Amino acid sequence: MTNCPTLIVTVGLPARGKTYISKKLTRYLNWIGVPTKEFNVGQYRRECLKIYKSFEFFRPDNEEGLKIRRQCATSALNDVLQYLSVEGGQVAVFDATNTTRERRGTIIRFAEQNGFRVFFVESVCEDPEVIAQNIVQVKLGSPDYIHCDSDEAIKDFMKRIKCYESSYQPLDEVLDRDLSYIKIMDVGRRYLVNRVVDHIQSRIVYYLMNIHISPRSIYLCRHGESDLNIKGRIGGDSGLSARGQEFATRLRNFLQEQNIKDLKVWTSQMKRTIQTAEILGVPYEQWKSLNEIDAGVCEEMMYEEIQTHYPLEFALRDQDKYRYRYPKGESYEDLVQRLEPVIMELERQENVLVICHQAVMRCLLAYFLDKTADELPYLKCPLHTVLKLTPVAYGCKVESFCLSVDAVNTHRDRPEVGIIGSTQPIDLTTFQAVIHNSVRSLPHK
Amino acid sequence: MSSTERDSSSANSTEAKKTDLRVNEKKCSWASYMTNSPTMIVMIGLPARGKTYMSKKLTRYLNWIGVPTKVFNLGVYRREAVRAYKSYDFFRHDNEEAMKIRKRCALVALQDVKAYLTEEGGQIAVFDATNTTRERRDLIQAFVKENSFKVFFVESVCDDPEVIAANILEVKVSSPDYPERHRERVMDDFLKRIECYKVTYQPLDPDDYDKDLSFIKVMNVGQRFLVNRVQDYIQSKIVYYLMNIHVDSHSIYLCRHGESKHNVEGRIGGDSELSPRGKQFAHALRNFIDEHKLSDLKVWTSQLRRTIQTAEELGVPYEQWKILNEIDAGVCEEMTYDMIQEAFPEEFALRDQDKYHYRYPGGESYQDLVQRLEPVIMELERQGNVLVICHQAVMRCLLAYFLDKGAEDLPYMKCPLHTVLKLTPVAYGCKVEMFYLNVEAVNTHRDRPLGKIPKDSALIHRRNSYTPLSSHDQVKRPRLYSAGNQPWLPLAPTPSALMPEERQSQVSEIVTGSPKSLTSYRNWSHHSCNRVFGIFSPHFWILLIIWCLCCNRRT
Repeated sequence: MTNCPTLIVTVGLPARGKTYISKKLTRYLNWIGVPTKEFNVGQYRRECLKIYKSFEFFRPDNEEGLKIRRQCATSALNDVLQYLSVEGGQVAVFDATNTTRERRGTIIRFAEQNGFRVFFVESVCEDPEVIAQNIVQVKLGSPDYIHCDSDEAIKDFMKRIKCYESSYQPLDEVLDRDLSYIKIMDVGRRYLVNRVVDHIQSRIVYYLMNIHISPRSIYLCRHGESDLNIKGRIGGDSGLSARGQEFATRLRNFLQEQNIKDLKVWTSQMKRTIQTAEILGVPYEQWKSLNEIDAGVCEEMMYEEIQTHYPLEFALRDQDKYRYRYPKGESYEDLVQRLEPVIMELERQENVLVICHQAVMRCLLAYFLDKTADELPYLKCPLHTVLKLTPVAYGCKVESFCLSVDAVNTHRDRPEVGIIGSTQPIDLTTFQAVIHNSVRSLPHK
Repeated sequence: MSSTERDSSSANSTEAKKTDLRVNEKKCSWASYMTNSPTMIVMIGLPARGKTYMSKKLTRYLNWIGVPTKVFNLGVYRREAVRAYKSYDFFRHDNEEAMKIRKRCALVALQDVKAYLTEEGGQIAVFDATNTTRERRDLIQAFVKENSFKVFFVESVCDDPEVIAANILEVKVSSPDYPERHRERVMDDFLKRIECYKVTYQPLDPDDYDKDLSFIKVMNVGQRFLVNRVQDYIQSKIVYYLMNIHVDSHSIYLCRHGESKHNVEGRIGGDSELSPRGKQFAHALRNFIDEHKLSDLKVWTSQLRRTIQTAEELGVPYEQWKILNEIDAGVCEEMTYDMIQEAFPEEFALRDQDKYHYRYPGGESYQDLVQRLEPVIMELERQGNVLVICHQAVMRCLLAYFLDKGAEDLPYMKCPLHTVLKLTPVAYGCKVEMFYLNVEAVNTHRDRPLGKIPKDSALIHRRNSYTPLSSHDQVKRPRLYSAGNQPWLPLAPTPSALMPEERQSQVSEIVTGSPKSLTSYRNWSHHSCNRVFGIFSPHFWILLIIWCLCCNRRT
């Protein structure tokens, strides 16, 4: 869907959420499989300057400062060129203030020369509370202000903003009518969207229009232990074991203790998650897309059985667990595609509890914690444990609550013998070794 | 769903209707569930700005994803009140009498909106009128507040004279207001009509007067959008949809894969290859594309072998979408309709009762399919010329979207093999042209069963896919083959390998008429059905036993 590389350019005064948007957008695009990287010009400036003294550096009449800042921008653009043309990146997010038309003109020319499409994301906000909150959340901890106390830092930062204000030329409806952009006003209260030209831009706009910054938490957990879990079999559609039911009861108490406002509960359409939710005694909604990964011909088999009946498949899966698709089944990659609407809706919602399955939970977790395709299939998602995710600053805080109900361990570690990620054909002599080691790391039934 | 049970036998009939339509959440789509309070969409804009076009298209889309929506066009009410339209003078802002009539029409329309949203189970009402003055919009807002509806404004602003002229020619010339159809006279009168409105036009003011309203301003046919205060899920979907549609001319070609081996055997689902006739069709399709000289045609297929093989013959790049895969028939995959009737007679009957909502055990329903296909529709709206090579149930869903067919008709739409449907958007709808490519194929269509099917019977709707009615045990079902993943080892044998010769000759009879009567099977209790019995008919087992007895006798 994306042939022409896209350069997303943020525009806005300091403390308007540009870096927040850049990082979130980058995380989302990578998760759906579009290689994306962000280039924060502030980082380049920090590398160049080594020590930040004060806001004076940003004064519009500081020639030396201007020269350095221009150099940093150019250096960043070169890295963008490298990433999009040579390293196989598809989208680059150029995160800087880009408040003058002149700077934006330079970027547009650069993009035209190299055959990239440009899409601007401008954030406009005049609400002093939001700006103050921004500064407290992310600026105070920035490397620039490590040696300052909070009051000093805030004062300096406000003066820094002032330096930009005089030369700020926001995207204009008339002058910039041929550019593709979205203007986000007052943290998403209003949007102005101009000339969206392709699929990826339309997806970006849809995503940006659905995210919000209201404080909330997302709770992820698996269904209670199921009968097939106990037998060591994967997939299928069995009911809860006695211990699984115990977990559901403990979960109910846990939620009551947490005292969560307007909690929504989502489950899949498989028996084990539905039974778990039933015990909670609250309304819940079933998503088919939350169903566990389809193991195709290997449904309801034990790992040893799979190894016996399909040894080559078993080895292949360990080679590239993310892309490997069970015969007549799915891969983790397919799962991510199927879960995208769930993520979009999670972004729109506030407090949500998602009761799902191991592979599904890994995919969702990878989205929130920005894990790569390589790490995703090996994330630890044990039974009977609730993960509470709270967005904070540029990332996500994770709290793990083990609800003290015993369960089998369904986790398989990455196999030790390394033919992971290699593109060579399997050598049969090492093949035996692979089987041996995988058997040793199987969970105890 | 463990939400509070509503007593459907309440005294008030309107209550009953409401509960029947909306609260029976087991039947409603995800989108409908997420739309909690009734919403009124109010169009704003001068005449010939595409308001009715957007209203109708949006309504079609919302109904398709399962949110009951209806358009209330004020022009229609005005035509009811004023039988004969004379000229643009009616619309002059100083025409007192006309103003009174127009206001009265608005009030009548609003009453109908209220009835639709509160009594008839509607969830969204689209109020299609110019609504260009603040006074009129304040009136609407008061109405909305009184009834606790949500309101979302859609304003269309356009100053490109070419677009406006094209609009007038396409839809106004043929309007009931201008029966003589004289183009110049129509153009002239209509432009003067627009001038009447311009005098009092107060566009939405996002900075001051209207800053607290929820709205989208569409500028110059989608070149630019201003979106303000989106409140909820459905408004966000509406905004996304409006931002993806365009008015450039293009055509969408829908067809099924060529005839497959399973088609010939009368089996549903599975992942078989093309039959020889299917391959012929692929060749014919290639010629068809060459003849029609389609520029920049995109070709999309599913990830099942039969569509991919069809596309391969075309010799052009194509894209595989997993979501275009055929409906998953769960436990019934790769069975013929006869086999299904024998193995799962209750399921078979249930499906005929409500084919749209019925979900195969371990599989999907048409309703699930629609939800799965939504991104395809969104992308089709964005694209230019596209050829979609898909499957029967999938094609029915897509066609229902373009031709605005409801849940009743969708599962019975005719989508024969080896036929290409060309859809071209025109005026407020879609022109359909059918091209039969002259390669014979079996008929896989099953008509709606004859005879009255009791609508109020306890249709046990299965919300969860885990409670199949026919057997206690979860039956292992063969899953769809995923392209790009060659099986290294022989997979489990498919049922066809186990089929004795005599059954196969019966199998080629595809059911086209009404389903066989169920009486002959009722004597066999299939409820605790053993999987083995499911494959062979009871007659087979009797014959086998008799044969064995005969053999024993002989030795």
